[in-house]
Amino acid sequence: MPRIPLTWLAEHVETPADLTAETLAEALVRVGLEEEAVHPAAVTGPLVVGRVVERVPEPQKNGKTINWCQVDVGDHNGTAEDGTRTPRGIVCGAQNFEVGDHVVVALPGTVLPGPFAIASRKTYGHVSDGMICSSRELGLGDDHDGIIVLAQIGIDAAPGTDARALLGLGEEVLEINVTPDRGYCFAMRGVAREYAHATGAVFTDRGLPRAGADEGLATSGGFPVELRDDAPIHGVPGADRFVARVVRGIDASAPSPSWMQQRLTQAGMRPISLAVDVTNYVMLDLGQPLHAYDLATLQGPVVVRRARAGERLTTLDGVDRALDAEDLLITDGPDAGRVLGLAGVMGGAETEVSATTTDVLVEAAHFDPVTVARTARRHKLPSEAAKRFERGVDPQLPRVAAARVVELLVEHGGGTPDPVLTDVDATTPPPVLRLPVALPSRLIGLDLDVATISGYLRQIGCTVGEVAGSGADAVVAVTVPTWRPDLTEPVTLVEEVARLHGYDAIPSVVPASPVGLGLTPSQRRRRRVADALVGAGWVETWSYPFVSTAQLDALALPADDARRRMLRLANPLSEEQPYLRSSLLVTVLDTARRNIGRGVGDLALFEVSAVTQPGPALAPAPVPPVAARPSEDVLDAIRAAVPHQPRQVAGVLTGLREPAGWWGSGRVADHADAVDAVRLLGEILGVDLRVEADSERMPWHPGRCARFTTADGALVGYAGELHPKVVTALGLPARACAFEVDLDVLLTAAPRGEVVAREVSTFPVAKEDVALVVPSDVAAADVLDAVRTGAAGSPAGDVLESARLFDVYTGEQVGEGRQSLAFALRLRAPDRTLTAEETAAVRASVVAEAERRFGATLRA
Amino acid sequence: MPTPDTPLSPLDAEGVERALADALAAVAAAGDLDALKAARLAHTGERSPLALANRAIGGLAPAEKGLAGKTVGQARGRLNAAVAAREEVLAAERDARVLVEERVDVTLPSDRAARGARHPLTVLQERVADVFVAMGWEIAEGPEVEAEWFNFDALNFGPDHPARQMQDTFYVAPADGQPDPHLVLRTHTSPVQARTLLERDLPVYIACPGRVFRTDELDATHTPVFHQVEGLAVDKGLTMAHLKGTLDHFAKAMFGPDARTRLRPSFFPFTEPSAEMDLWFPQKKGGPGWIEWGGCGMVNPNVLRAAGIDPDEYSGFAFGMGIDRTLMLRNEIADMHDMVEGDVRFSTQFRAVI
Repeated sequence: MPRIPLTWLAEHVETPADLTAETLAEALVRVGLEEEAVHPAAVTGPLVVGRVVERVPEPQKNGKTINWCQVDVGDHNGTAEDGTRTPRGIVCGAQNFEVGDHVVVALPGTVLPGPFAIASRKTYGHVSDGMICSSRELGLGDDHDGIIVLAQIGIDAAPGTDARALLGLGEEVLEINVTPDRGYCFAMRGVAREYAHATGAVFTDRGLPRAGADEGLATSGGFPVELRDDAPIHGVPGADRFVARVVRGIDASAPSPSWMQQRLTQAGMRPISLAVDVTNYVMLDLGQPLHAYDLATLQGPVVVRRARAGERLTTLDGVDRALDAEDLLITDGPDAGRVLGLAGVMGGAETEVSATTTDVLVEAAHFDPVTVARTARRHKLPSEAAKRFERGVDPQLPRVAAARVVELLVEHGGGTPDPVLTDVDATTPPPVLRLPVALPSRLIGLDLDVATISGYLRQIGCTVGEVAGSGADAVVAVTVPTWRPDLTEPVTLVEEVARLHGYDAIPSVVPASPVGLGLTPSQRRRRRVADALVGAGWVETWSYPFVSTAQLDALALPADDARRRMLRLANPLSEEQPYLRSSLLVTVLDTARRNIGRGVGDLALFEVSAVTQPGPALAPAPVPPVAARPSEDVLDAIRAAVPHQPRQVAGVLTGLREPAGWWGSGRVADHADAVDAVRLLGEILGVDLRVEADSERMPWHPGRCARFTTADGALVGYAGELHPKVVTALGLPARACAFEVDLDVLLTAAPRGEVVAREVSTFPVAKEDVALVVPSDVAAADVLDAVRTGAAGSPAGDVLESARLFDVYTGEQVGEGRQSLAFALRLRAPDRTLTAEETAAVRASVVAEAERRFGATLRA
Repeated sequence: MPTPDTPLSPLDAEGVERALADALAAVAAAGDLDALKAARLAHTGERSPLALANRAIGGLAPAEKGLAGKTVGQARGRLNAAVAAREEVLAAERDARVLVEERVDVTLPSDRAARGARHPLTVLQERVADVFVAMGWEIAEGPEVEAEWFNFDALNFGPDHPARQMQDTFYVAPADGQPDPHLVLRTHTSPVQARTLLERDLPVYIACPGRVFRTDELDATHTPVFHQVEGLAVDKGLTMAHLKGTLDHFAKAMFGPDARTRLRPSFFPFTEPSAEMDLWFPQKKGGPGWIEWGGCGMVNPNVLRAAGIDPDEYSGFAFGMGIDRTLMLRNEIADMHDMVEGDVRFSTQFRAVI
């Protein structure tokens, strides 16, 4: 994101002398440019200009020669005992300077980039009272062949002068965050305009056509350029403006001026060569991406066209790239057969300016944001040029920017511009928006009159016409400035009005919403689910949905298990977990393992989350245009393409369910605790759950897994002890238990109506115990069902208040292959005291029903 | 000493008095209820002197019976009263001793049943929902794996919109040989806006807390899976002032009466004007200050049009903020890892109402 050196900004807008990065950030944030960072001054402390007064070479044993120098640093000189000022003694290893040269001295207390703190130190037999600096030591470039001799970079300053200011090293730099609609703020020009909006400071637009820039040039006979886009994207030509200027006879060895190098460095770019630095500098200054070609390598004319099949290009970064038919190219040569660069993204290596380039062709063009964005994305080249073009560049900038480049090249590299201009201009004028005068007030919530609105719009560069119509229909025609391609609809102007007026001026009014119905029944029930489990001692956690197939393998799921059908992410964070879980238990088990790894062994943890269960064939989701509401068919197709994502509840139990303590050794969690969690959910939601054994559902123990279904037969889920091999594979404590249910199925099965209250009988209770002997493989739940059915059908009427299984017995008394299940029945009628005959009848009826179903006998 | 063979004469007033004195002494000497019972049996039982004397009254001459009855009766009455009184004292002593003996250490641990705990993120989402429900809003929900159209297009992110690249989106890969399914993990809760506008009658005032996804690596302040709450109101006559009022109210509900919000111009494709929202956070570490809280704005007319709503008739506002971030701020959670790793020790800190 753009970095704003304050002194550079000040060339475009008046700034107060005491402006700091912080105060600049405060001003800019009010108009929508957020602070990303404040980069501190590169150098702090006494970095000053020194004059070498004496230089004594001292050869060392290691073969090196150091120089023991006396350096005059003006006011920073030392003071001798007799009060005279004395130069500083400094050891310097470089050889590229002479007595009398002005150099850059870091005195003790200076902190150089690194950070590297300078102090007096003993070295080579002297006390070196500072350091004479190279470019690299100051963070100004890679040059470390010798120290900086100021005369060589065009600086003349007296000893003792603050070198930080001279070199721009003492300046804080503000980095701002630019939202995608504000492409013009990728340049000093745009940021300065925004600073003016925020503060009212006087702004000079250096991006407007300028007197004396390129007037008087011939407009024909320039370097030939053709725009030849035969496959525009969305009907927008890839290039609609191409300005070319030629400068010949540049001194190939001329460096770019030090101030320019400093500014580029401050802005985060590396100085390279005059031609490259100038194009980068003007881009950062005005916002126009530019390219400099070595004219000698061009085979003209330049043709801008889409790529052809099989074409390749080695870009400036040295990467050889296969081009896509959609890529817009800069080409030349016969049949435009040679590719020079990816338009608006990056140039090619072949025609790049080099150390021997003397004649330069400057390109300043305007490319379609979509074309550039797609190419940049396709080739993963988010270049500085692409960043600007994809956000939109002012199509009227190319001539101004090219003229500025030519000026700077001539000024610093000598050379002569050709007196001719190439300007292929197919741009269209910016739109005229019809802004209803009432719209800003209607959306902002403030009364803003047309004069105020027009004033703000003119400030941002709009031309505002007269009011047409009257009252609610009054409209003004607004021509938007060429640098604001984001202003496409009247509502976009409303934001401009709002932000220039100031968001802080908007009042705070709570809207009177219509009365609501509160949470839906399903939302209320989901809260009860979590609260009920917590009440039963379970701890809620949550987990990421990303899983691997190895995690399913650990659960020993069969190859054809539906849970193996998962969506895969195209760009997962980790290639090891590219899938979206189809079963919540998979990640909840992971959570359990993490807790166990951290030494928490007694666990009852659960999660409520959605999982993704794609059907066998997923039709792609349509992507209709958005100008109007899509048809119901299309909307249905979009919704249908979104995979089924039921909410599940899953829990894992390990270790003790009831803790050990002074009361005893606690109780180890077992399958029944997991089963009970599901039963609890059924009770909380009013869903009558059927429980039966399931011997085939992984990852559960084949003999200790309960399957739950609703009365309608819908599968709810499973609970029980985990399969021993799963426990081993996952490294869980032995006998770990788990449950997993589909909460959506439960919620669907939950009764719609309210609970209908039964009268609470105050008549005496009659207690009956019944022990039924049944075959061992008969499930207790089935016997209990028989007990209830039998009781309900007794001549006494349905007087069974509760039936509780209190004992299970197997052994000699009941015989091989049989078990005795003992139930405690509580019988009570709503309207009378039950007689002994009635309770006996219930008992008989219960036994009869059990006998009918299972051949049960009453235990003797 | 009188015996059954030589019973005490009921006329022997002195003897009766002596027997009574013996009995009273025995009662007084009884140190516990058992001793008292023995004393009572010895001095009031059938073979006790007073019982025998009493029985002997029957054999006396009628003239003597009155005096004898009075003498013996009074003695027996006094003895019975003494026994009852002593019994009361001894019973009280026993009761007091038993209660002392039954003392236990009531400071022993009592957590014989495991304790559960909610995760603070889900609790906070419920709290957020309650704030909006109290304002008359309703709670809407949507899928986490979402159609690209809902996540982007319907929200005015065109296919080439730079903001679409700004989002770090997880895309669903096509199945083998199949076309691009055009599915993403929703990058924000905003697709619920689009779904709501298509499915509900106007006006709508809805909030949507939910889980969202971005391709950020997990570190102390980032997580690829996090939670947002989205708010959307579409009605006639809604303005940015209403947006601001709603946010201020929400901030106060979450952070106390001194909290408020500040809007800064920003950009989102689905709102225009758009704003970043800062929160004045009174409890900020190191002193009250502004912190970034979320994004908001007036619903872009294109979003309304995509749902078939006339932007000339209706206007609306929308906002979204991070719930995880809110929790971190409110509860001084230093590291995001703790919120996402599912360590039960994290959840159990939040048993108290938050």
